Amino acid sequence: MMSKTNWNLEPALESAALVQIKPQYELFIDGKWQAPSSGAYFDSLNPADESHLAKIAWANQVDVDAAVLAARAAYTNVWSQLSGAERGKYLFRIARIMQERARELAVLETLDGGKPIREARDVDIPLACNHFFYYAGWADKLQEAFPGQVATALGVAGQITPWNFPLLMLAWKIAPALACGNTVVLKPAETTSLTALKFAEICQEAGLPSGVVNIVTGYGDTGAALVAHPDLDKIAFTGSTAVGKQIQKACIGTTKKLTLELGGKSANIILEDAPIDQAVEGVINAIFFNQGHVCCAGSRLFVQESIANQVLEKLKFRLQSIYVGNPLDKNTDIGAINSKKQLETIERYIQLGLEEGAEIYQPTCDLPSSGYYCKPTLFMDVAQSARIVQEEIFGPVLTIQTFRTIEEVVQKANNSPYGLAAGIWTDKGSRIFGVSQQLHAGVVWANTYNKFDPASPFGGYKESGFGREGGLHGLSAYLKFTN
Amino acid sequence: MEVLKTYKLYIGGQFPRTESGRTYAVYSAGGEHIANACQGSKKDIRNAVQAARKAQAAWSHKSAFNRSQIVYRIAEMLEAKKAQFAEELQAMGQSRQAADEEVRKSIDRCVYYAGWADKYQALLSSVNPVASSHFNFSIPEAMGVIGIVACQQTSLLGLVSQILPAVIGGNTVVVIANKQLPLCAISFAEVLATSDVPGGVVNILTGTVEEMLPTLSGHMDVNALSLAQLDSAIIENAQTEAVENLKRVMSYSIDFSQSMAQGLSYISDFQEVKTTWHPIEQIAGGAGGY
Repeated sequence: MMSKTNWNLEPALESAALVQIKPQYELFIDGKWQAPSSGAYFDSLNPADESHLAKIAWANQVDVDAAVLAARAAYTNVWSQLSGAERGKYLFRIARIMQERARELAVLETLDGGKPIREARDVDIPLACNHFFYYAGWADKLQEAFPGQVATALGVAGQITPWNFPLLMLAWKIAPALACGNTVVLKPAETTSLTALKFAEICQEAGLPSGVVNIVTGYGDTGAALVAHPDLDKIAFTGSTAVGKQIQKACIGTTKKLTLELGGKSANIILEDAPIDQAVEGVINAIFFNQGHVCCAGSRLFVQESIANQVLEKLKFRLQSIYVGNPLDKNTDIGAINSKKQLETIERYIQLGLEEGAEIYQPTCDLPSSGYYCKPTLFMDVAQSARIVQEEIFGPVLTIQTFRTIEEVVQKANNSPYGLAAGIWTDKGSRIFGVSQQLHAGVVWANTYNKFDPASPFGGYKESGFGREGGLHGLSAYLKFTN
Repeated sequence: MEVLKTYKLYIGGQFPRTESGRTYAVYSAGGEHIANACQGSKKDIRNAVQAARKAQAAWSHKSAFNRSQIVYRIAEMLEAKKAQFAEELQAMGQSRQAADEEVRKSIDRCVYYAGWADKYQALLSSVNPVASSHFNFSIPEAMGVIGIVACQQTSLLGLVSQILPAVIGGNTVVVIANKQLPLCAISFAEVLATSDVPGGVVNILTGTVEEMLPTLSGHMDVNALSLAQLDSAIIENAQTEAVENLKRVMSYSIDFSQSMAQGLSYISDFQEVKTTWHPIEQIAGGAGGY
């Protein structure tokens, strides 16, 4: 039963020739490609093999000022003058072009970020396209969305996106902002700028008025300059809780509306009456989807004691057939860790888990010789107070705890500063609602996990942030209301 | 010989004196010493937060209809004691007409929010038509424990206008009352204690904002703050301390005597949105819903 499964899969590589990467990218400000005022560029690497992909402009304060100025002018002179219906038509057009260029975007996302092509192709890119298509339709229905209130645009939004779902997070930010009548300056994460820059090309192709979307690439200093800019009406950030807190502080005393989508340490709970094979598959998807670089990853597994051994055996067996390797290979389940820095963080936590006395399990599998890779990792015998249980690792590392009663597991699941998501596996419908009602989490997946949709609001309780992205609830993050 | 009333704190359904043993004198508009109020301490705040947390789960899991009835009961009790409140307001300097007006508006506000208890959910919820075969819905849920600094212009109406939208939504609250005009706050606590509101759902303390607010805004078991009519320096301090556990901070500058100082948005300010996904089995020959 526990022997290594030997699949000997033939490589099935997606062609990287589908995508054109320029040797150097400038900043996208006021509809034009502009060189950074400092003349500084940084390298974007392919984490799968550490090869160099492109040089990317590093924006400083001067560039951020120029981008905000362009966004303000576009807001005042153009975008706020358009009817909702006209704004919507631009967004529909953008969604269509993204759909047409979907494969190109998927390959680029995989090359730049390391995620398996299967996930980029089937999850990231379709969801990003759909997000634009969804919010396009809201642009001329904002009054109907909020009866009894007058909803108006905020103005100019500064937006900062993470490296785990680069284009999808861009869509979550830009689509509702534009639909609600705002213009934007967006800073993508430094390790994954390329699809945002490709998106700028799509804006040009769609004939979007200059300055409505501006992309400023760079590191944390670029983001800090954006957050501190006095002429912004809105800040939207997705990233770590530590940086989110800095941003919340920076917005004190200003009129900037703020939404934060931050970290998590989400509980995935299997009750003894759950369909076990389905639950095991769900656990795999919950923690190993996108190498575990998912803010809502089900990184704390709770299994009811009576089925714990059975679930563990099945999990270990399943781990043997997980394929870790070249992200462009369609067989790959776990691709490359996004950056060397993140790989070091994950390895430090694995070391910490061992030092804390937890029992580790990793499958026997070969990792590619270059690039950043991490085996899927299980930790058993962990204490509730262990750092690997309490802190977000953001990698393919799962801690496993057992419980006897529902009261106990609810208490343990809620015993976290985070409150982003949770999973519950049981055959009993009433129990799903009873447990989910008690979980302090913004998203609860019952007998499923890591599902996303533009119509479905997403966001956290407690230190996982505030505000919602997606659905009707996602609109109010980009509007102001008067009675 | 008149029997004078002792004004105490209201914590966990009890009326303790401040653990610090301190009081401060309350004067009428004419300068007459009318009462000694408790000068609440940091420890009182911590005790109140503990009581509020203990009461929160049970309060939010009461049926919405039941919460509605309990809040309506507050209106009934307030009505029965309206002469007492009007007298206290006059003692603190209001004209008889203004005092009567404030009490009437406060009663109306109780009735208004009582009616919301089982209705805001329908308006703040959505069933979301996701593309996959899942039933997906979003519902509002109480944030938890809310720290309130009551309106600094009124004794009763502001306090009521801030407490009710939080409480009707399943939250429990710790309130710092108006220091200069504390009488109605404590009398309102007596109304709550006789209105079937479970102990700990509303906790009311008198004393200085400067001393007590930092403990509230920095407390790791408080989920949100409701601040009214405070100086920007005090608000910014509270916001800075709130960052530690990412409290949601609502700061109101509205005049609570206005009719528009009530509404659904005051309830939704203290609600989280929870989205739940549930698979829909695809039955052969049937068409998928939602």
